[in-house]
Amino acid sequence: MSDQTTSGRVLAADGTPLKTSLARALRRQKLRALALIAPLLLFVLITFIAPIADMLFRSVENQIVVETLPQTVSALADWDPESGDTPGEDVYRALAADLKIAAKAKTHTRLGTRLNYELTGASSLFRKSGRQVKKMDLEGDASIKDAFIKIDKDWGKPDIWRTIQTYSPRYTNGYFLNAVDMQKGPDGPEARPENQQIYLMLFGRTLFMSLMITGSCILLGYPVAWILANLPARSANMLMILVLLPFWTSLLVRTSAWKVMLQQQGVINDVLVWLGLVGDDARLVMINNQFGTIVAMTHILLPFMILPMYSVMQTIQPTYLRAAKSLGATNWTAFWRVYFPQSVPGIGAGSILVFILSIGYYITPEIVGGNTGTFISNRIAYHISSSLNWGLAAALGAILLAVVLLLYYAYDKIVGIDNVKLGG
Amino acid sequence: MTALTPISRTPTSFYVPVVAAAGAFAGLLVGTSQGSSVLGVVVGAALMGVVALLLTQVLGNEKIGRWGLFGLLLIAGIFMAGIPGAIVGALFGWFFGWFTFWLFEGRYRAKLAPYLTPGQVLWHFAFRVICGAIFVFLITPILVVMPLSFNAENFFTFTPEMLRFDPAGYSLKHYRDFLTNSDWQNALRNSILIAPAATVLSVGFGTLAAIGLSQPHVPFRRAIMAILISPMIVPLIISAAGMYFFYSRIGLQGTYFGVVLAHAALGIPFVIITVTATLVGFDRSLTRAAANMGANPVTTFFRVQMPLILPGVISGALFAFITSFDEVVVVLFVGSAGQKTLPWQMFTGLREQISPTILAVATILVAVSIVLLTVVEMLRRRSERLRGMSPG
Repeated sequence: MSDQTTSGRVLAADGTPLKTSLARALRRQKLRALALIAPLLLFVLITFIAPIADMLFRSVENQIVVETLPQTVSALADWDPESGDTPGEDVYRALAADLKIAAKAKTHTRLGTRLNYELTGASSLFRKSGRQVKKMDLEGDASIKDAFIKIDKDWGKPDIWRTIQTYSPRYTNGYFLNAVDMQKGPDGPEARPENQQIYLMLFGRTLFMSLMITGSCILLGYPVAWILANLPARSANMLMILVLLPFWTSLLVRTSAWKVMLQQQGVINDVLVWLGLVGDDARLVMINNQFGTIVAMTHILLPFMILPMYSVMQTIQPTYLRAAKSLGATNWTAFWRVYFPQSVPGIGAGSILVFILSIGYYITPEIVGGNTGTFISNRIAYHISSSLNWGLAAALGAILLAVVLLLYYAYDKIVGIDNVKLGG
Repeated sequence: MTALTPISRTPTSFYVPVVAAAGAFAGLLVGTSQGSSVLGVVVGAALMGVVALLLTQVLGNEKIGRWGLFGLLLIAGIFMAGIPGAIVGALFGWFFGWFTFWLFEGRYRAKLAPYLTPGQVLWHFAFRVICGAIFVFLITPILVVMPLSFNAENFFTFTPEMLRFDPAGYSLKHYRDFLTNSDWQNALRNSILIAPAATVLSVGFGTLAAIGLSQPHVPFRRAIMAILISPMIVPLIISAAGMYFFYSRIGLQGTYFGVVLAHAALGIPFVIITVTATLVGFDRSLTRAAANMGANPVTTFFRVQMPLILPGVISGALFAFITSFDEVVVVLFVGSAGQKTLPWQMFTGLREQISPTILAVATILVAVSIVLLTVVEMLRRRSERLRGMSPG
């Protein structure tokens, strides 16, 4: 073939140039591959990626103020919050008109709840005003402003107006500022008062505990992976079952097992008391704190550390260690200078996997974590189901997602997604 | 493994002190539980040192010595603390009998390289003990749950009756509760309805896509792979939050269909990973050969490709099944009370009314996971064997 290509154009069987024909075949192959992938891709995009995108959207969305109070927002545009005065009569008139409509549609309480995240007391203010605004007469000459101040004297202070004006745009960074313990002040973002700062502390605790869990997984996982990789195949397979059984056991089963083990009337305390190491009146508190969470999660995530380490260590030749020793290295030098550097990829893969998994854990901290052992994810769940501050939940989730995606990217660079192995 | 090193009997000055040290440790445990740890250490060390000497120097016969010690300590245990004492005594008897002769005959050295120094030998066994402790840490929580589920009381811990092996301390009442309580039965039914449906969805789409992904020329392969794997990487609480917001917008929140879709999405990465891993070893010339002999693509797929990748597909399906069956965060948000699954019921049980029925369910689930684990392991071996057979 090579001699023909130099002389002239090579034709395929049907007379088209070979180059075109090959390109067409390649294109058809690519299309066929894509057609096979397309249904699943669509499925994942709709059932999974769209929800995530929706959550990201919610973390900046702020339509409720401008939709509930359209006239007020436009009338308030000229007001200068720095002046220290309340806005003019026309703004109160617009507010009364907006609130009449809102009270009929019962949307004013939702707005009150929304503004209450930013200014405490806004919720009751709107509920009260919504009831009484229906009786207001907008046609007459009486001052609407005075009528509002009579309903609640908070309407006569600039605070509520400043809040309405600050949160009138359709999109806000307010939730994100809230998620890092800041708030929108008159001149840009400012730190929240000390007693309201919890999220940075929670993020810090989540990172610290995830690092502790990853660290203890490395410490416990390394010897096990080493012995699995160096034993003869038959015994290694037997011991592998002890690693895989917890891996396959339901998460809830393992969490309830740790509750049984760790609680004050639990198995560990009973054994310690029976042995006389601990007095019956001085049983150890091992649950509902950080210790309980770290122990339980180390146990739950340990297989995710052992399996990648094991698959890397299997490829390390034991002869290297013997060679190092025969060249005069001590045990420690042979391990540290020869074996350990080769096992680092396994440690890296396992650590990132365990860290990613632990940073977003919800169930185990919820059950064994108590107050001091909870993660940021427990706070997200609280905002979704109890406080109903969905925007803040979405903002916290978006920050957590960003951290995880960064780690995922690192994992992909170091290990490659294709190399993820499951169950040995 | 054959013996690497010629072995010989060790001197008395080596094995008697070692056995005595182990005896001191056992004595510490027994002594502390009886009230005096110092006395326990001294008596344990002295007793076991003398026993080691008697067994090896006076008795000499290994079989009689080991059984004798076993029986002796078992009877001593009964006199001290009844049946639990007998079990502890029998364990000690078995261990010290074996340990004494293991050291005395020098068997511990047999499988180690001859050039190891005594320090290295000690480290070798110390390392084994450390690993053993970690394995105990891995497996104990799961084992502890099982006997507790037969508790006759509503406690989460061993009662004195259970420790005395009194039949009155055990009962099946928590299992009866699981089988008759309508909450648990509804939860079980929901789990059995949701998990297979989600598995079918993820396996159907996932297998097709995995075949597409392992074609030689796939545009944007990495990006597509990243999207398909993402449900496994994104923290569950974030997936749950997003799905809760989005599914309530489109009216799927609180429906079976919504939960099934969500679980199918979570199971897809496992199917993709296992099936693409099987396809790596798949010999493409087989499909060409089938086409060459006149088979159309559909026949080729079902008669040639499918039987070869079936183990991978099945283990992917098992992963997807267990993901859905074991999932609680997403169903907690996407489902409503009508879709309460087994893990959800356990979660509520652990947070609110503590009832040992949870332990009975846990034991059943452990049994299920043992079965699943066995199936997956068998499939993996079969798949490796098949791959070994196909050329190239």
